[in-house]
Amino acid sequence: MKTIKWFIPMLAAVLMPLNAPAQSKLPAPLPEYTPVTDARLLKPEAHNWLQIRGGYDGIGYSALDKINTGNVKRLVPVWSYSTGQLEGHQAPPIVNNGVMFISTPRNQVLALNAKTGAQIWRYQRDFADDVNHPHPTNRGVALYNDKVYLATMDAFVVCLDARTGKLVWETKLAENKANYYFTLAPLIAKGKVMVGSSGGEYGIRGFIAAVDAETGKEAWRTYTIPAPGEPGSETWQGDQWKSGGGSVWVTGNYDPKLGLAYFGTGNPGPWPADAHPGDNLYTTSVIALDVETGKIRGHHQYHWNDNWDWDEVSTPLLFDVKRNGRTFPALVHPGRNGYLWLLERKQDSVGFVDAKPFVKQEVFTAIDPKTGRPTYDDSKRLLVGKTTTFCPSHWGGKDWPPAAYNPKTNLIYIPAHENLCVTLAGEAKIAPYAPGKRYVGTDASKTRLFPREGAKYIGEVQAWDMNTGKKAWSYPYPDMDINWGPLLTTAGGLVFAGGSQDRKFRALDARNGKLLWEFVTNSGVTAMPSSYMVDGVQYIAVQSGWGVDAQKMTGRLNDSMNRKVTVPQGGVVWVFAVK
Amino acid sequence: MEDRRTVIKAALGVGLGAVLPEVTLAQADPRNARPQDGDRFVITEGDRKGAVVKLDDLKTGAPPITVMPQDPANGTVRDGSRLNQILMVRIDEARLKDDTKARAAQGVVAYSAVCTHTGCDGLSWASDKLWFKCPCHETEFDAADSARVVNGPAPRRLPALPLKIVEGYVVAAGAFIGRAGVTAP
Repeated sequence: MKTIKWFIPMLAAVLMPLNAPAQSKLPAPLPEYTPVTDARLLKPEAHNWLQIRGGYDGIGYSALDKINTGNVKRLVPVWSYSTGQLEGHQAPPIVNNGVMFISTPRNQVLALNAKTGAQIWRYQRDFADDVNHPHPTNRGVALYNDKVYLATMDAFVVCLDARTGKLVWETKLAENKANYYFTLAPLIAKGKVMVGSSGGEYGIRGFIAAVDAETGKEAWRTYTIPAPGEPGSETWQGDQWKSGGGSVWVTGNYDPKLGLAYFGTGNPGPWPADAHPGDNLYTTSVIALDVETGKIRGHHQYHWNDNWDWDEVSTPLLFDVKRNGRTFPALVHPGRNGYLWLLERKQDSVGFVDAKPFVKQEVFTAIDPKTGRPTYDDSKRLLVGKTTTFCPSHWGGKDWPPAAYNPKTNLIYIPAHENLCVTLAGEAKIAPYAPGKRYVGTDASKTRLFPREGAKYIGEVQAWDMNTGKKAWSYPYPDMDINWGPLLTTAGGLVFAGGSQDRKFRALDARNGKLLWEFVTNSGVTAMPSSYMVDGVQYIAVQSGWGVDAQKMTGRLNDSMNRKVTVPQGGVVWVFAVK
Repeated sequence: MEDRRTVIKAALGVGLGAVLPEVTLAQADPRNARPQDGDRFVITEGDRKGAVVKLDDLKTGAPPITVMPQDPANGTVRDGSRLNQILMVRIDEARLKDDTKARAAQGVVAYSAVCTHTGCDGLSWASDKLWFKCPCHETEFDAADSARVVNGPAPRRLPALPLKIVEGYVVAAGAFIGRAGVTAP
């Protein structure tokens, strides 16, 4: 009898397919689950946080106000959860009627009770030892009907049962051996699960693909670099389009009225300007895609022939702006190139309205007032075999951490890096493209990141009024700290921000930038915060887990500033409430 | 190597293949197998791409070369996995620490070219300090001292590959010491 008891699980293990995801023993499935319908995504309830930035507009705003400027001082942690993972935790807690879904590095998804922190299920996708994933992070899951969707480090989209965490289907979209990998959360609209590929430092050809939410079958694929003969292909030479970069690192936003999804695109590669002559469409751009077909309906290229690694990965925020007495549907983008871009959403184009620097920018000498096309200081261009120094650094005025917009204050909040410059050295001879090989064209050992002489701060949170085009306030981080913190703003008049090496998560007054509350977490906070309510109690939630570019910037600044800052690693989900 | 293949065949023969870890089966393919005692090495980039590495190819003071192992029995290059990328460099023997010297062949040392932190390759070389530096998160490894971590976030050294010289060729004298690639939860 003992033998039989032992034998049955052994037999089950033998019969399990090789590629089955590793799953922990599951508690009972959720007894109730509210499907996430198109209608709910279009009009999300204030007590939930159904998408990574709260809604299709990507503004990172919660309409909850129980936690507010008057009581935020009494904010305390009510539960926490160790994810068991190292590296960059960047995903937000997504909450649907009391159930929290959260992703971590290494293809893990957790379903937790949003009130108590109890684990409901845990999924981790198996992957090969030699997976290519130089940016070990994941920026969140997407919910649709009764399913959870994850874009994986090995370039798959997986669909899980929201009640149990069990795999429903998986679809491979690209070859990881050639260094295609996913870091973004899927965007879901009209039954299409849209993802895009990272890997720009390895000569990928960036793309956005949509798969059917029910079946996983690929519906369309649009490359960010056109093939010969397609519109924009005239901006490339020879075969460079095949390995020209244009990564899609970050989730798009969606305008349901226009039926268009807006995605930001990465830089062309290899980095030096003369390694890829031409404007290089649609790199360093925002592109507007018809979600039904994937067709590009409009674009705006923030800067042409990038050679500063200024990926314009962030997706513009979608909100209305009033300029010169006219209110229009805008795209607002604090760019990695250090300019704050104001564009107009239209059915068949993206219109340029205005751009001005939000950090000191020494590369652009002018912006064409009609088209927005910049003119460059040629001495600042990185060329093959040449060294150049420029500000802001290659991490830009703002990297991927999303900005937030608060309709009550009418301010957009920007996690910025001011006063940072870099020296880059172009390789004298760039090795030809080979799949899976680094394809950057700089000598990384000669890269030097440093603060501008006399600088008093680096990381800051800025607030801008887009109607006037003026900065309202700035909160500079103390001690020359950096800011890799995605922002959340709330109807309670608050802006939540982490991102610093001092491990703090803090609340600022959304009206004036005054520091109202702060809490030292286990690690550094580089994840998107969220807010939700269960049983009448409002919570603020965020992961803390330092890694990826924030860690890299720390290392580079340690070198140039002769300091030894270390930020401990390891992911923890933190949930706060007022007591 | 033969022993392991025999074990795998035996396991498959009795229908237990499904319980073996995927990585083990993948390594049954000689292209995916990690370097083994007796393997030669092939240059993977530059003008001499494809050439089999001889001792004379490595000059003291020259920068490292990136190579992949080759099964000498049939010439199969083990290029099926990025974890087989190996950095090889020749260092003045007087500068090698004892453990490193014991694994070296006439000053030639070899290490996994994949950083143990997040798995990046393309490490650069500081010829004065004899350090490798990862382009992703700045970890520096001392090539003269078992590729131990000198600076940066990597949790452990680069796995070393013991070497010997056979008929003028640089040849593996064993397997990687430690697992190549990232070790994480």
